[in-house]
Amino acid sequence: MHSLIYNATTTKPLSRWLSNALYRKNNLFLFLLLTPPLLWFGIVYLGSLFALLWQSFYTFDSFSMAVSPDLTLENYRSLFDATNFDIILRTGTMAIAVTLACACIGFPIAYYMTRYGSPAEKGFFYIAVMLPMWASYIVKTYAWTVILSQEGILYWGINHLGLASTLSNVLQIPAIGGNTLATSNLGRFIVFTYIWLPFMILPIQAALERVPTNLLQASADLGAKPAQTFRRVLFPLVFPGVIAGSIFTFSLTLGDYIIPQLIGPSGLYIGTMVYTMQGSVGNMPLAAAFTVVPIVLIFIYLAFAKRAGAFDAL
Amino acid sequence: MAIAVEFSAVTRHYGNVKAVDNVTISVAEGEFFSMLGPSGSGKTTCLRLIAGFEQPTHGSIKIFGQEAAGTPPYEREVNTVFQDYALFPHMNVLDNVAYGLQVKGVAKNEYINRAEEALRLVALGEYSKRKPSELSGGQRQRVALARALVNRPRVLLLDEPLGALDLKLREQMQLELKTLHNKLGITFIYVTHDQGEALSMSDRVAVFNKGKVEQCDNPRNLYTHPKTRFVADFVGTSNVISSDLAQKITGNNHPFSIRPEHISIYHNHKNVMKIEGVVADVQYHGATSKIEVDVGNKMLAFVLSNTEYSETHLPQSGQKLTLCWPQNRMVMLST
Amino acid sequence: MLFKSKSLSEKSPVWLKTLAYGGLVFLHFPIVFILINAFVAHDGNNTYLTLKWFSATFARDDVISAIILSLKVATVATLLALVMGTMAAAALYKRNFFGKEAITTMLILPIALPGIITGIALLSAMSILEIEPGFWTIVVSHATFCVVMIYNNVVARFRRMPHSLVEASMDLGADGFTTFKRIVLPQLATALLAGALLAFALSFDELIVTIFTAGHEVTLPIWLLNQLARPRDAAITNVVAMMVMLITALPIIAAYYLTRGTESIAGSSK
Repeated sequence: MHSLIYNATTTKPLSRWLSNALYRKNNLFLFLLLTPPLLWFGIVYLGSLFALLWQSFYTFDSFSMAVSPDLTLENYRSLFDATNFDIILRTGTMAIAVTLACACIGFPIAYYMTRYGSPAEKGFFYIAVMLPMWASYIVKTYAWTVILSQEGILYWGINHLGLASTLSNVLQIPAIGGNTLATSNLGRFIVFTYIWLPFMILPIQAALERVPTNLLQASADLGAKPAQTFRRVLFPLVFPGVIAGSIFTFSLTLGDYIIPQLIGPSGLYIGTMVYTMQGSVGNMPLAAAFTVVPIVLIFIYLAFAKRAGAFDAL
Repeated sequence: MAIAVEFSAVTRHYGNVKAVDNVTISVAEGEFFSMLGPSGSGKTTCLRLIAGFEQPTHGSIKIFGQEAAGTPPYEREVNTVFQDYALFPHMNVLDNVAYGLQVKGVAKNEYINRAEEALRLVALGEYSKRKPSELSGGQRQRVALARALVNRPRVLLLDEPLGALDLKLREQMQLELKTLHNKLGITFIYVTHDQGEALSMSDRVAVFNKGKVEQCDNPRNLYTHPKTRFVADFVGTSNVISSDLAQKITGNNHPFSIRPEHISIYHNHKNVMKIEGVVADVQYHGATSKIEVDVGNKMLAFVLSNTEYSETHLPQSGQKLTLCWPQNRMVMLST
Repeated sequence: MLFKSKSLSEKSPVWLKTLAYGGLVFLHFPIVFILINAFVAHDGNNTYLTLKWFSATFARDDVISAIILSLKVATVATLLALVMGTMAAAALYKRNFFGKEAITTMLILPIALPGIITGIALLSAMSILEIEPGFWTIVVSHATFCVVMIYNNVVARFRRMPHSLVEASMDLGADGFTTFKRIVLPQLATALLAGALLAFALSFDELIVTIFTAGHEVTLPIWLLNQLARPRDAAITNVVAMMVMLITALPIIAAYYLTRGTESIAGSSK
């Protein structure tokens, strides 16, 4: 007498029962799988983000240094006060400058890697770019503090090359300079560029890889010189990759607060301002309001980037 | 004779689309039963309903008399040969074949013996230690077959198993499958879009179109007595004549189909239907030549043997011809 | 074609090659600098290679406890992330349902938003809930952004795994759990390992969020940050910096080799 059901001689009843029950209820299974991660994220992460956002509407009494849950827009309004707005401007300008520098330095690397590299070279370049990206942030920053210091290797090199006077002239330039390299905006700029450079290279490289060679061959076939092919065919296709990379450099600079503390002149960045406000001052509402600034700026930037097609290049 | 698989008014919805629409068929035990149709016709969905990977929205499926709804695939006495073979890449051939026995707790020496026996059955006895990535397409297909058969299923489901093989290999495998079927005596349910394959291998064929079964019959009847226009067109090649043209030829507007091999060039035949046309194309097909004739907004195709007609005696492009066929070879179609 | 087409030259212009390799030098020179310095000592005007900084470093209790703390945090955070990331990946890789995109975005947020925002958010949540910062707050914060590392790798691997494998296993008599254990998990193995390595490296190196959630605990990056204020102990700091770099870089390389040739290269997007 045949039966449809196998004789389950060795199956464990409980797990088999559970498996059968879940087989029928596909959605239940999905729900069970998702609940723990969702709970975690929903409560721990999103919850705290909203708590922070909510705090930005609280009132801070500068006399008593106390925070009270009276809702107000004062914190946001004060963002436009001279000193505060300065901070935002300063951070934003550096973010833009760093983005441009990373694009200029990163593009040749990505271009060479993709278009002219042998397979072995490509692998080598890939690791060579990825490794610094993952090398510890604090280690790299520490390295630069040593390199840029007056006893450091850069100064040694500059003095030996007889460029000392050039350096001090450069350091005199108001926005860029400072007392020493390590306390100048130039130094800060160099370090930022260095740290975020791999984040610019990889999306450009990915975008370059996606351009089919036959497009460039077709362009050459139709009579375009190499420079024309680059300008008219290759670069427009790769530009979304550049934008994609710029998302990283821009937003990472906007939110950073370690490098501005360690290198460069005094003068707060959004990140350091937030840190100071929530720390010693205890003005959480203002700190929270300040954190909204990079979020808003990044979202606006992302909207532009999406329109430029950068999301497909990520 | 017991009924192996029975569909009673089975429907499967995906949103608004009916992938399977009110299908009622029964497959006898030991039969080689094919489900034939173009892509998207519902035949694969039916197979998956039998295997247990899908549930019907309406209707019931019985496997050897028992209602199958709610029974998971791992508890049905049915095994599947998948279209992409689905061999487990991290196991060697022997472990792949023995997998079904291992998960049921069969003892080690027994499952090794049975797996090796199954591999010998498909002529792959020497390959037990290889990994799937080291095998050719045809070899993987046989491993998939052995893996299913080793469990001694009462019904074997095959989902377009030969689709990825080249022509010669496909023909060879068709013969081997048929031999296996005769030898093992179990029920085979075979899904394919290749009507030649279905006709040559099966005891009965169900022709699917847009989720419905248009006709379910043995191959000979399907070919000589197609019930609908779709079946006439899909099974074998056929000239399907619509009502307007039928009106001109026969005097009444009942659509019909006529196979190319029943059409000849008119030489005072009696009891035939006639039509005039102009030769549009002559195609060489080795043993025969296929001639396309434009009879006014419609191409009729007929065949001539290349042993009877030398190249110069074949009709030439542009030549005027009268075609004819016997009345009793016309198959009337439901509109 | 009227004009002879100029084929693209296989050889690169010299200036481009120089710029490219020059860029690489720029990228690596600070790292090499640290590596070399860890082995170098000055004695007046003499400069010589030595291992003495290593033994000095390991004699330091604060360094050792920072290392141990970082290792513990990274391990636990990685394990948590493994479980949650795999569950999320299993749920989301195939099905499309309302809210799926929102969930994916949410998983990416911890890495996408600047660290200081995440740090402060978690800190204020902790103060509202009156939770004391300590080992577990660090672990929770790290696990939160490690999840996406696991998730990306596992989803990519799931997408490459034909669903027919799961169906074949069930067809042959294995129920859901057996199928997961014998078929799915082996397929995922290298992706899980790669994701775990990345998560570990990420957690070990994490500084910004950790500052907010650590309270008085000192992880190795925090130790380094504190050292930056002091010019002495520079040699020890060098050695520690080198160690941090190795402990984060080696897993990354391993993860890259594990997932090479698959759709998503481990670590290609931070």
